[in-house]
Amino acid sequence: MKILIVEDEKELLDAIEDSLSRDHFITESAGDYHTAIEKISVYQYDCILLDIMLPGGSGLQVLNYLKTSGKSENVIIISAKDSLDDKLQGLKLGADDYLTKPFHIAELNARVKALLRRKKMDGKNTLEITNAVLDLDERQFQVNGVNVPLNRKEFEVLKYFLLNKNRLVTKAAIAEHVWGDNIDQADNFDFIYYQVKNLRKKLQVSGAAIEIEAVYGIGYKLIEK
Amino acid sequence: MKLLNQSVKYLSASLLIIIGAWTVIIYFSLLDEIKESIDEGLENSKRQIIYNLKSDSTVLKKYSFAEGNFSIREISQPEALSFKDLYIDSMIYMQDADDKEMELESVRMLVTAFESNGSYFELSIVNSMVEEDDFIEELFIKAIWLYLVLIAGIIIINNFVLQRLWKPFYDLLNQLKNYRIGKSIQVPAIKTNTKEFADLQQAVNTLIRHNLETFSQQKQFIGNASHELQTPLAIATTKLELLLEKGELENEQAKKISEVLNILERMVRLNKSLLLLTKIENKQFSGDQPVHINQVVKQTINELDDITEFRNVQIALTETVRLEVRIDNSLADIMVSNLVRNAIFHNIPGGKVHIEILKDRIRICNSGKDIPLDEEKIFTRFYKPDDGQSGSGLGLAIVKAICGFYGFSVSYQFENNLHCFDLRFS
Repeated sequence: MKILIVEDEKELLDAIEDSLSRDHFITESAGDYHTAIEKISVYQYDCILLDIMLPGGSGLQVLNYLKTSGKSENVIIISAKDSLDDKLQGLKLGADDYLTKPFHIAELNARVKALLRRKKMDGKNTLEITNAVLDLDERQFQVNGVNVPLNRKEFEVLKYFLLNKNRLVTKAAIAEHVWGDNIDQADNFDFIYYQVKNLRKKLQVSGAAIEIEAVYGIGYKLIEK
Repeated sequence: MKLLNQSVKYLSASLLIIIGAWTVIIYFSLLDEIKESIDEGLENSKRQIIYNLKSDSTVLKKYSFAEGNFSIREISQPEALSFKDLYIDSMIYMQDADDKEMELESVRMLVTAFESNGSYFELSIVNSMVEEDDFIEELFIKAIWLYLVLIAGIIIINNFVLQRLWKPFYDLLNQLKNYRIGKSIQVPAIKTNTKEFADLQQAVNTLIRHNLETFSQQKQFIGNASHELQTPLAIATTKLELLLEKGELENEQAKKISEVLNILERMVRLNKSLLLLTKIENKQFSGDQPVHINQVVKQTINELDDITEFRNVQIALTETVRLEVRIDNSLADIMVSNLVRNAIFHNIPGGKVHIEILKDRIRICNSGKDIPLDEEKIFTRFYKPDDGQSGSGLGLAIVKAICGFYGFSVSYQFENNLHCFDLRFS
């Protein structure tokens, strides 16, 4: 899987590359508008992470170029501007998703994987790890073919973990992903601990070959046993 | 007090003094004139009487004023020689044509001495004077009339002429009263040829323009600053998350990094709240549509159920009506969610939250500390009661800003040991 990161902020670019390469993606980068256009016109990418404000042009222009030259790359806009107009315009120009800076690594990861999976759908929309299957259409979780009932939040949390398999997911990232963006007071994410505790218990009881381990008290990691 | 009335006030006070003083002066000068002319008449009478004496000496026996206007009395020679003509004001009993009986009347009297055939006589001649109290009364009434006529004149002139002259001023004043920096589009404008008013208008407009500039710069600054912070925050967060993920750290180091991450997380949320506030103030939300508030409330309660449960708080919802409001959907969410979150987070274990949906408002009451909050401060930015909760201090400020945007209102009361917030949609 090849991903192009179009981002003028070198430090952020490095961090994103670092993160994506851990999931064995091949990454390439473009620091400005012209490099981006050049790379897009020559190579084929599975996914493009696109900043809106670029030296030499705008990310929206890049989208326009993709559209007019008939390319159908998957594009996730990553912008510091949380503007509805930009978002709508970006999506209208063919972007698949819109992520506002600052974001959690886990969130970016989940968005990239969800997007790639959606585009590569082979009839079934499921996340599978060993003996555990999360059916996103039916909203069901099965272990060894046996249904394990999850409530809405547990389902969302597990999905997020599965999309971030073997990766650190901080409590803040979970809170933001599952409970929404405008969490204000939730400086202590204790309630997430309870949510995860319940989920762990269900995984254990059902005999799933995956487990959620705590990482330094700041987050969790879902791993295969 | 209005300007017109002010000028009337000062004019009437000063006119009172001027007319009063003027009346006194006129009184004395008129009195002087009158006396002078009477004195001349007395002098003439004196000559006449002395001349008549030469032909009719019986007059010398006339000792009282009973039959005429003079009396004669014999005096000694030295007395007569040292005598000088004397004009005096005096009172004697007289009967005028309009009097029923004798009355004490004020008179002017000339006392003089003369010699006739070697004898010396004192002659007193009287002439009736203007009656001073009548004179004063008359003058006083005339003065009051003058005063009243003048005041009435001034009021009429003020109302008809000055009001017309000041019209541009009042026009400008009314426009300024309704002017709101950042909200009103047109600057106050008046039509006038009066230099002072034109100057005033120009000065006001310059001031407004300056304020507008500062206002928009300030707004832009908060927006830009928050905006520019997004990327550095993103870099710091992602780098630290990656560092933790690598798992090559000692526990102690990881703990420190976690702490830093939590602090960064707080900054991120603070920054997002500031951006949201700026967006509300810049009117960047315009997706107004009829929103079913009951639905929003239920959805919020539903979304927060884990937190509610974790906090061991009971939420009760009373719906008396189906409340529909024209508002941007996401702003309605934010407003309701901020209030409900507050009610949950600033609660006590085992506490309760009561949400009521009424005709034109929702009321959210929660148990909590037994002390009322400071109603003045809770809606200001960055106000944090020291109850150990570490919110951004912007939640209620955002609610207030949204209310301000739509003309809603939000208020706080402490009733029966409950903290109650009323959100009025009218």
